[in-house]
Amino acid sequence: MSTKLTNLKLKIWRQAGPDDAGRFETYEIPEISDEASFLEMLDILNERLIEQGDEAIVFDHDCREGICGTCSLMINGQAHGPQRASATCQLHMRTFNSGDEIVIEPWRARAFPIIKDLMVDRAAFDRIVESGGFISAPTGGAPDANLTPIPKPVADAAMDAAACIGCGACVAACPNGAASLFTSAKLSHLNRLPQGQAERFRRTEAMVDTMDDYFGSCTNHGECQAACPKEISIDMIALMNSDYRKAKFKNRKNLSRI
Amino acid sequence: MAQTLSRTPVSGTATSTPAKRKPFLLDLYSTAVGKKYVMAITGIAMIGFVIVHMLGNLKLYQGASATGIYPIDTYAEWLATLLYPAVPKYGVLWLARIGLLTAAVLHVHAAYGLTVMNRRARPVRYQSSRDYQVANFASRTMRWTGVIVLLFLFWHIADLTLGWVNPGFIYGDVQMNVVNSLSRVPVALFYIVANIALGIHLFHGTWSLFQSMGWNNPRFNSWRRGLAAAVATVIVVGNVSFPIAIMTGVVTYNP
Ligand code: FES
Repeated sequence: MSTKLTNLKLKIWRQAGPDDAGRFETYEIPEISDEASFLEMLDILNERLIEQGDEAIVFDHDCREGICGTCSLMINGQAHGPQRASATCQLHMRTFNSGDEIVIEPWRARAFPIIKDLMVDRAAFDRIVESGGFISAPTGGAPDANLTPIPKPVADAAMDAAACIGCGACVAACPNGAASLFTSAKLSHLNRLPQGQAERFRRTEAMVDTMDDYFGSCTNHGECQAACPKEISIDMIALMNSDYRKAKFKNRKNLSRI
Repeated sequence: MAQTLSRTPVSGTATSTPAKRKPFLLDLYSTAVGKKYVMAITGIAMIGFVIVHMLGNLKLYQGASATGIYPIDTYAEWLATLLYPAVPKYGVLWLARIGLLTAAVLHVHAAYGLTVMNRRARPVRYQSSRDYQVANFASRTMRWTGVIVLLFLFWHIADLTLGWVNPGFIYGDVQMNVVNSLSRVPVALFYIVANIALGIHLFHGTWSLFQSMGWNNPRFNSWRRGLAAAVATVIVVGNVSFPIAIMTGVVTYNP
């Protein structure tokens, strides 16, 4: 049985473009089904705005099933809203109560400039991945399955890291605007596996250095882990920190041999 | 792939431009993670010092011997003449002082650099209030507790090492100097506040240094918080007990 939520008040950040100052605007939602997802609620609001001849609210979304990392939104001061281990697109109106005021803001970080309203440019993440988030593998005949044995705990740990969907909630939630959780997840997913060993230290140095160019630094609050829709652990950050040290020393040694 | 690589630069501004190659250690220090290592290592050195300092001060409780000599004065003398005559008097003491001073300067310098970097990483704050989930009071006040401890450090050295703000100060008469200083109520209060700030700082710092150094192992991960709480508690209880003991007359000085 679906019930209805009534009298919701939304305070939504509206910003015409990157250079606009932006401001909060208030919208009323007189009635909405508790089965509606959060983004459906915004869709319904947008339809109303369009009918009224107003401009629709711009927000990012794509798969709407928590796997692509496109949706964002700071909802009531929490990245991806109050529900743990889920992205905004997996949030439903039943999490809220009638009469609630819901404040919606875009991610805020220097590296995530606002494009419009609630949509930000997360291309800085691409810069980090481009700088080393890959392995070199010979192309040609497909290798036999299970040719490279990987211990189960290692495979599991790499898989946990690979769950990162790159949504940017870690940066958004971090009081320092750091991207340590994202970068460390991308690193640990490759650095733990045998296939990732060849470039391990070059990758680590390059990706961490690129991260430094855009983002703040980690002070171990743990907010990123709490906000992450994939529950990626800050243990990854520790792994990154220890790999970075090894990388710095190893790369220096290798460079001096050239 | 080619398409990805030829994409135009991001519209987000990089907060710094890659620097030229520097000497290795400077290069490492110029990175954020490198600064975190420095924070952690200097932090360990200073935690070690603070614990030894507190243990040494427990001698305040021993009171004067039959000959009227205070054990803490003897202890101070022993520290000053450590390894004498192999090493000149005050040699080891000055070595430790220089080491600690270097650690403190590096710790503050790295913290300053990281703070500037973090401020720059989010030039436009959130316009609505944040709802923090796990960031605790200690982790969010590191900069404030750090500054309080630093200011206290200046006072503390001027008070009990140099004697500038301690009338009647005599170098080496530790029991007298401490009792005289902490009998002044505002000084004792400052001492207590600063040590509570230190405890809060160490509660986050001790845990945080494991992460910064990448010391992460399922075998001891669950102990890290406990260790941090233990270090903070021991330091606060020990250090705060001194001004209280002096003000309540448990620790005294009789010439
Ligand atoms: S829209 Fe794809 S993860 Fe939310």
